[in-house]
Amino acid sequence: ADIISTVEFNHTGELLATGDKGGRVVIFQREQESKNQPHRRGEYNVYSTFQSHEPEFDYLKSLEIEEKINKIRWLPQQNAAYFLLSTNDKTVKLWKVSERDKRPEGYNLKDEDGRLRDPSMITMLRVPVLRPMDLMVEATPRRVFANAHTYHINSISVNSDYETYMSADDLRINLWNFEITNQSFNIVDIKPANMEELTEVITAAEFHPHHCNTFVYSSSKGTIRLCDMRTAALCDRHAKFFEEPEDPSNRSFFSEIISSISDVKFSHSGRYIMTRDYLTVKVWDLNMENRPIETYQVHDYLRSKLCSLYENDCIFDKFECVWNGPDSVIMTGSYNNFFRMFDRNTKRDVTLEASRENSKPRAILKPRKVCVGGKRRKDEISVDSLDFSKKILHTAWHPSENIIAVAATNNLYIFQDKVN
Amino acid sequence: MFMRGLKRKCFDGEEDIEGTLAGIKAIPSYNLQRQSLLDMSLVKLQLCHMLVEPNLCRSVLIANTVRQIQEEMTQDGTWQMINTQSTGQAPLDRLVSTDILCRSSRDQAEGKHVPGYGTFNKDFESDQAQDSSETLSAASSVQAPRNLQSNVWEMENPQENKGNFQKSLDQIFETLENKSPNSVEDLFSEVDNSYYDLDTMLTGMMSNTKMGHCDSIETFSSPTNTASNSNCKSDLNELDHIVEILVES
Repeated sequence: ADIISTVEFNHTGELLATGDKGGRVVIFQREQESKNQPHRRGEYNVYSTFQSHEPEFDYLKSLEIEEKINKIRWLPQQNAAYFLLSTNDKTVKLWKVSERDKRPEGYNLKDEDGRLRDPSMITMLRVPVLRPMDLMVEATPRRVFANAHTYHINSISVNSDYETYMSADDLRINLWNFEITNQSFNIVDIKPANMEELTEVITAAEFHPHHCNTFVYSSSKGTIRLCDMRTAALCDRHAKFFEEPEDPSNRSFFSEIISSISDVKFSHSGRYIMTRDYLTVKVWDLNMENRPIETYQVHDYLRSKLCSLYENDCIFDKFECVWNGPDSVIMTGSYNNFFRMFDRNTKRDVTLEASRENSKPRAILKPRKVCVGGKRRKDEISVDSLDFSKKILHTAWHPSENIIAVAATNNLYIFQDKVN
Repeated sequence: MFMRGLKRKCFDGEEDIEGTLAGIKAIPSYNLQRQSLLDMSLVKLQLCHMLVEPNLCRSVLIANTVRQIQEEMTQDGTWQMINTQSTGQAPLDRLVSTDILCRSSRDQAEGKHVPGYGTFNKDFESDQAQDSSETLSAASSVQAPRNLQSNVWEMENPQENKGNFQKSLDQIFETLENKSPNSVEDLFSEVDNSYYDLDTMLTGMMSNTKMGHCDSIETFSSPTNTASNSNCKSDLNELDHIVEILVES
């Protein structure tokens, strides 16, 4: 099994898609709740597996293009088939996932094996009929959106008009129409004329969930820009600029690096945005640009370890963050296979672990605690024994229920609310 | 996980280092840590060039860190400490010129084709293009519109000394653009090979024998007002000697 690089529920929560470093997409489907086993709520089983992207070689630059799936985004369902966008560093693909459970039988010109029948042997005509067959799930690439990005794609986002989507790389954001693959509009371009003047890159971008003209993008300097596509074709001038003033007491050489935003997500309501930087998660009100309304410490005990984390490159890890359906709880990952949840209303938070060794299937997860000071209580883990190779970067929350998917390196964990 | 068990303190932020020798000697660990952070960052930047398609975000963040350290180093301790004998304000122009002189002569010593001292000084003041590189040709060198020579730091702070690592940064961004194998070679050609070995870097730092990029500049910058070429040359010979040792090791 390869390292999971993205996790995403579809809009109903019936399907859960994962992308991995090997370019594969695995889709899980929630099984129907059966009356026979009421205590087993719908579990997720593998529904479809396909190879989305292959490794490529850029001959012009003599560089390999990784097949790793950076992001998957589902389209809302409009017919029996499911559609999703998957992207690697350079190419976005639209995949159609459809079921086939019937097969036509009784062709006139060919027999059941597909071999052509001798026309002189045909004495009568018949109408082919559809007969049931074993369910087959097919994934077919419907569109390939290529050659539009010089830099690495970090985000894709489906617009609420369901006709367009955007793809963002380090320096540019492009707007696509689903039907057109040989053209895209560039809507943001922050590439300086002289590359040596480059000091800031785009780290994430997302469309507003309801307003099809609005999107946000975050930067490596910890800022978020909200743009309105109605103002101009090229949205280089933002409509809103979100930045928190720096805390001078916390200033260090690593201040900029840890302020770099790794993920930005609109709330389902469209009223708030959530950003993740290295040590915190912040919630911003779209109506207030000068500071976030809430800040949550994910793993502040790492603040004194920043130099070591810079050395081993962990400081550049890009953690994602997610909202729950009602936007009342936010979740993000950490190290040691820990992930954190923050309740915005009660202000309570919890640290949980995604690990087979430390929890049995169907057992309730035990809250974890990292001890910072000298005295370590039983069950607490000291900062120095954290495993920084076990990082939870990708998580997803079911759109309406308390079901979460957590990707721990090459394992996928699905947790549900306890059923009484 | 943590490398080599070195005890390291996180930098607390910018300390206002007074320009007295005593003051500087009291905080050697901060400078040392800052220097080691700078070295580490440079290694990271250069190493990431050996990978396939470096992560641009990471490169930019590391480059910004290097820039930040360099700005701090030129603002406080590094220059004022060396220049204790100068009267009044440190004549940074002369300090800078001295360095340029020394570097250009070092390049000459390495057999590279660079303009003479006189033209070099003048060109620096007028053009802010200071980096002598193996790509410079005689007359039109400084005016050559290569990206390599234009540098955002120069635009902002013409008085500051630049240092070899800036050239590395320029080259890094340029190679990010061009991605030609040759420029990668150029990038590495002047780099002290011991950078590739983190162990060497760390142990060198600890035993204080390592000649970091900034260290070499510090050595060059003469404490006297009369920046004599002879001073530079003796330092240069010493640098050559040390580089020889490091390269052969």
